[in-house]
Amino acid sequence: MADIPHEAEADLPPLEVPDVMPPHAHSWLGKWVFSQDAKYIAIQYSGTAVAIGLVALVLSWLMRLQLGFPGTFDFITPEAYYQFITMHGMIMVIYLLTAIFLGGFGNYLIPLMVGARDMVFPFVNMLSYWVYLAAVLVLVSSFFAPGGPTGAGWTLYPPQAIMSGTPGGAQAGILLMLLSLILFIIGFTMGGLNYVVTVLQARTRGMTMMRLPLTVWGIFTATVMALLAFPALFVACVMMMFDRLLGTSFFMPALVEFGEQLNYGGGTPIAFQHLFWFFGHPEVYIVALPAFGIVSDLIAVHARKNIFGYRMMVWAIVIIGGLSFIVWAHHMYVSGMHPWFGFFFATTTLIIAVPTAIKVYNWVLTLWRGDIHLTLPMLFALGFIVTFVNGGLTGLFLGNVVVDVPLSDTMFVVAHFHMVMGVAPIMVIFGAIYHWYPLITGRMLNETLGQIHFWVTFIGAYAIFFPMHYVGLVGVPRRYYELGEASFLTTPVDGLNAFITVAALVVGAAQMLFLFNLGWSIRRGRDAGHNPWRATSLEWQTPDVPPRHGNWGDRLPPVYRWAYDYSVPGAPDDFIAQNDPATPDPQAVPHGVRP
Amino acid sequence: MIVFLLVLATIIGLWLSRQRLASKPWLETGAPPARAEAVAVAPARLGLAVFLAVVGGLFAMLGSAFVMQIDEYPWQLVPLPRMIWFSTAALVAASLALHRAAGAARRAEPGRRDAALAAATLATLAFLAGQGLVWRALGDGGVVLSGTPAGSLVYLITGLHGLHVLGGLVALGRVWLRQAQRPGSAQARAAIALCAIYWHALLFVWLALIALFSGLANEVLALFGALLT
Repeated sequence: MADIPHEAEADLPPLEVPDVMPPHAHSWLGKWVFSQDAKYIAIQYSGTAVAIGLVALVLSWLMRLQLGFPGTFDFITPEAYYQFITMHGMIMVIYLLTAIFLGGFGNYLIPLMVGARDMVFPFVNMLSYWVYLAAVLVLVSSFFAPGGPTGAGWTLYPPQAIMSGTPGGAQAGILLMLLSLILFIIGFTMGGLNYVVTVLQARTRGMTMMRLPLTVWGIFTATVMALLAFPALFVACVMMMFDRLLGTSFFMPALVEFGEQLNYGGGTPIAFQHLFWFFGHPEVYIVALPAFGIVSDLIAVHARKNIFGYRMMVWAIVIIGGLSFIVWAHHMYVSGMHPWFGFFFATTTLIIAVPTAIKVYNWVLTLWRGDIHLTLPMLFALGFIVTFVNGGLTGLFLGNVVVDVPLSDTMFVVAHFHMVMGVAPIMVIFGAIYHWYPLITGRMLNETLGQIHFWVTFIGAYAIFFPMHYVGLVGVPRRYYELGEASFLTTPVDGLNAFITVAALVVGAAQMLFLFNLGWSIRRGRDAGHNPWRATSLEWQTPDVPPRHGNWGDRLPPVYRWAYDYSVPGAPDDFIAQNDPATPDPQAVPHGVRP
Repeated sequence: MIVFLLVLATIIGLWLSRQRLASKPWLETGAPPARAEAVAVAPARLGLAVFLAVVGGLFAMLGSAFVMQIDEYPWQLVPLPRMIWFSTAALVAASLALHRAAGAARRAEPGRRDAALAAATLATLAFLAGQGLVWRALGDGGVVLSGTPAGSLVYLITGLHGLHVLGGLVALGRVWLRQAQRPGSAQARAAIALCAIYWHALLFVWLALIALFSGLANEVLALFGALLT
């Protein structure tokens, strides 16, 4: 390593934003409820997301009970089944994954990792959470509305979404869903503005963009993408709401329902699909990019090695972000598009696999000859890599039009997107919580409970989704309440379906163990001390653990290096913090590096 | 939408080109070698720019829907009422007045500043009133909300634009309040400048919408199509 000689702190560039202490709350209400501190807002976001995620988990149990043991549970009617599907999908994708990665980790980590005192617009940040909470409450209220929540499927395709034959279509269900999504987007926009401007303007002295941890790069790029992609969903929701309430026909062709001509005509349902997937595919990466960034940092810290190909990792994040806007129609191969469009979107879909593969190779090469500590964050990071590769490979199959057409609308697709967009990012969320819980609370999570949680979740997820690929391959369609006469299947799948259901129940139960661990360890967990993982990035260098209001005490930390100086030859320890000005002597005995 | 995304991609690309993405941070300790990556804009101004990009995306998306609809069904093109030119003139006047107000605030001329702010507020209210009259004229001409999708889009898009103008008026109200509480403060000056930028952007969107509703966007696309084939 050829270090450029250290220069005095005076040589670091000045701050973009003056160092001003953000507004300090003095009351309990101001601190814990109407908090403007990004750390508390992060906890509020995460708590709400986990709570609504638990609802979605229970819904998945109910769906699996129907599929595994059809006809056994009288309360699971066909209407209820479709409502469970819809709410499970929408909650998991939007209200849990997007909210926790951007609102949760984004709020907690961005100011700390860039060396800022808080987000640049703390009041707007607080509003962002409250609008998100309103969105969640509106969504939950649809469970209690006459007719129940919408059962249109999480893609909400018109015209069926607002027809009386669909659960919640002619009642309040679909309207509450659309209203909730509109609120979510408004709330997210408020938060997103904060994340982007904070990364651009509030970095501490010496923290260039190319010294940012990949976690920040991932969250930053995902936020930019979300700010550009969510307007498509916003427009789609508003237009569908108009169709349902005000009699417009944006997405509604001339229709006959139960022998009666409806007052619609001239609209095109395909327009909704384009709008939805223009948001929907970037959404995959809005969830994936923060996960990519976080997992890069977890691997570097717990393998005590600098991230392999940092530049490539940054470029890959940016390129994936850009490309994700020109692949959306691969979700619409069966909508009757022109073959040339299919060819175009298949090509872009395959191209996006290249930067994604670069990231996977770089994670593996970071692990190569690293000092791997099989801590809980590392276990979940490894679980993510394996799962993401599995889900990504089946994505390559489905990216091809000729393979996608027969597999579309089968359980193969369900298994694919659960691997790549469900299990994989959730592995990262768990890994991240195990990693940063000591910073947030000052205590370690219980190791034994964590090990049980990891292995049951990891093996259980494979017990669910590997057989599900097979179930799809033999021809089981998705979104079927029950198979009925199933002679079209090449193999009976009753046993497999029951097995998958049992596995799903067990994996769900393991999450209760995790929640118990979260609560138990706040008081009884081992004291974490300062920087228990011996990490280099700034969030671990705060004067107090957990960080106090304003994060940095009297003065902001100057940054002298990138975030991955692990096992540097000649350094007294096997890591050098970003705010450590010391230049190691390259002639000294290497520490922590195997010859 | 594609044009909008290309413009944004260019801006992002230019910004990225200044971030030393080809540097080797693992070799650099101490002061970063160059300071090219700085974004020399106040946070509030940058926040507004990002917000306007989001708003731009919203209208670009709706504009695309309108263009596609007209491309498929050209007969759905709505004849624009003459009242729309009054609205346009009012918005132009509001935008210019705010520009003058920002200049007067910068030069510390409170009389001119307040007069320009009042003119901007009145012109904006006139724009909103004009919008109501435009809707009435559309209805009288047989273009109703629940009619053709293109007609419905005109209502939806102009309605959303009006909502953004209303939001701007709320911000302008806060500027008045801030002027009253802390006259001539740097914060108040900055707030007026932000309002001016917001109004200019809304005027730009409005002019683009008029071009869209008059079928100009479809004609330009048809011309490009003819040139390409």
